[in-house]
Amino acid sequence: MTEQSSGFGPDLAEVFGPSQQDGGPELIQLLTPEGERVHHPEFDRDFSAEELRGFYRDMVLTRRIDTEATALQRHGELGIWAQLLGQEAAQIGAGRALRPQDYVFPTYREHGVAWCRGVDPLRLLGLFRGVDQGGWDPDAHNFGLYTIVIGAQTLHATGYAMGMQRDGVVGTGEPDRDAAVIAHFGDGASSQGDVNEAFIFAASYNAPVVFFCQNNQWAISEPIERQTRIPLYQRALGFGFPGVRVDGNDVLATYAVTQAALQRARDGQGPTFVEAYTYRMGAHTTTDDPTRYRLSNDVESWKLKDPIARLEVYLRRNGLVENDFLAKIQAEADELGHTLREGCKAMPDPQALSMFDHVYAEMTPELQAQRDGFASYLDSFEGSAAGGHH
Amino acid sequence: MATQKSAQKSTQKITLAKGLNMGLRKAMEDDPKVLLMGEDVGKLGGVFRITDGLQKDFGEDRVIDSPLAESGIVGTAVGMAMRGYRPVVEIQFDGFVYPAYDQIVCQVAKIHFRSQGRVKMPIVIRIPFGGGIGAVEHHSESPEAQFAHTPGLKVVACSNPVDGYWMIQQAIACDDPVIFLEPKRQYHADKAELDESASPEPLFTSRVVKKGTDLTLLAYGPMVKTAMKVAEAAATEGRSIEVIDLRTLSPLDMAPVLDSVRRTGRAVVTHEAHVNLGMGAELSARITEECFYSLEAPVLRVGGFDTPYPPSRIEEDFLPDLDRVLDAVDRSFEF
Repeated sequence: MTEQSSGFGPDLAEVFGPSQQDGGPELIQLLTPEGERVHHPEFDRDFSAEELRGFYRDMVLTRRIDTEATALQRHGELGIWAQLLGQEAAQIGAGRALRPQDYVFPTYREHGVAWCRGVDPLRLLGLFRGVDQGGWDPDAHNFGLYTIVIGAQTLHATGYAMGMQRDGVVGTGEPDRDAAVIAHFGDGASSQGDVNEAFIFAASYNAPVVFFCQNNQWAISEPIERQTRIPLYQRALGFGFPGVRVDGNDVLATYAVTQAALQRARDGQGPTFVEAYTYRMGAHTTTDDPTRYRLSNDVESWKLKDPIARLEVYLRRNGLVENDFLAKIQAEADELGHTLREGCKAMPDPQALSMFDHVYAEMTPELQAQRDGFASYLDSFEGSAAGGHH
Repeated sequence: MATQKSAQKSTQKITLAKGLNMGLRKAMEDDPKVLLMGEDVGKLGGVFRITDGLQKDFGEDRVIDSPLAESGIVGTAVGMAMRGYRPVVEIQFDGFVYPAYDQIVCQVAKIHFRSQGRVKMPIVIRIPFGGGIGAVEHHSESPEAQFAHTPGLKVVACSNPVDGYWMIQQAIACDDPVIFLEPKRQYHADKAELDESASPEPLFTSRVVKKGTDLTLLAYGPMVKTAMKVAEAAATEGRSIEVIDLRTLSPLDMAPVLDSVRRTGRAVVTHEAHVNLGMGAELSARITEECFYSLEAPVLRVGGFDTPYPPSRIEEDFLPDLDRVLDAVDRSFEF
């Protein structure tokens, strides 16, 4: 696209002002890719050694969940897996910024946030193995079920936040009472009508929701340039609420920014858009082949910004961890990997007749009749292979 | 307070619009978790005035004027239901439900199933439906089959003021999502006597509204009135027609239908919706499966043609009317 005068009229850049791409966005960062701690006028905060070690552990274990699940897919134990490799800091930073009373609406890639919410990673595998469509209790973890239709959950998040407003748990000033919602989505979803409607509803009702967009640069094969001509976070302004871009590979900055946005929501000041600028190091899912559409040079350059490596450098350089600690985390990761492998393979298939169970809260007579007919049909194979499977 | 009010004037003549309005009011009085949301439902009381006066009495937090975005309306209702509310959303006109179609079919209908029963979706989606009001495009449609085809949804259609009063309350009390179809042509048409102290029939039941012996005529929503006129006209020719107001489209309540057809041996189904793959097709299939040896004639369908809803100057030609249904009755007897 050109900003130059066409020669047939006024200089468009002069008439409408410069493109918002000019000058580039500010990236909020507290920890550089080289592992150096930098300071920010608004979002800086102190992190205790324990917090930092916690982030490190969370990210290493999350990466292990991802690696194991990818391997399980390769072994045929999962039908598909949506990889989060490279997005650990964005997810752990956002996940750890939550309070217990906050509520999360995830996409299908929020394995790190699920980890922070205490969802057994094995439950995540169930969906991708095909034994269920979401095996955890959302209200037990304040973590919704994975939503596969892109962006649909941002409206659910906004409605849930509107419910919180009506429950009187926003802006009371009580830290254990005030609550907020975080809606996860990606750069591709930012083009969806539902996401834009969610922005409008949230702004209109001043709903306590944080729109947390992990811009991982790719929507399957389509680069961010296909979704937007301006930095995504700048879109928020057009909807009437603030947007910020944070280094999504910097767990400290992501934590600090998300925490501030959540607090703003809990205080009754309305929605915030957080663009966590990161990179999808793996494929879209295990069925995807990124070598068809992107350059390995790009991937290599993002490897240098790895979220775990930079924190490890910082921890080591500042004497905040001993080798013992790192070895202990590795052992814990190995143990987790083992548990996932064995647990996944042991997951039983659901009974065929269970498909009728929860179509309705109140079963209809006609569906009951259909179920009974199918049960009789299966029973007619008594003793054969088909008959044994319900 | 509500009980006193109903005790003071236990019966009154009301329109369908009034019945729905009173039913919504009663549901909101009975359960503080009931919320209304939609375009213009607040101060204006809805374009058809169904929510008239409710925002004044229940406040802006419970009667919510929404931005003009149907997917947003239904999608946020999903979130409110997850938070424990019972949202009742108004889709302003039938043809405007399609922007919300994804949220209804992929989310509202499936979340209970997806969550293995952990998350309930007690949402009512009210849709003024059907034609005959001289409107422009998208304001006269009958999308019921699209929702009845979707597992996880329940679909009902009221046909008269008294049912409007009771059925909307029952739909709101239902823990499953309900598509609630209101025949907009009837909103302000006829009045009926409402006795608020009466006990309503269960929501998901059909009702024989006129006994007969020679042919079963199945209708719902706006076509029930036409069906009654058909029965009257046929009676002058010595034919006794049994009219059933289906009321529930998903699930179907087949027992009274099958019982009737076994007695009459003939069935005609009528609806404003397009005939192809409409409710009539399903009813015909089920009747044929269950009553094959009782049938004297194939089940006949009279509906809107398989064209887009036409310009309003010719909508009366599109809509099934007294003569077209009577013609089908004649054809049934010719077999």
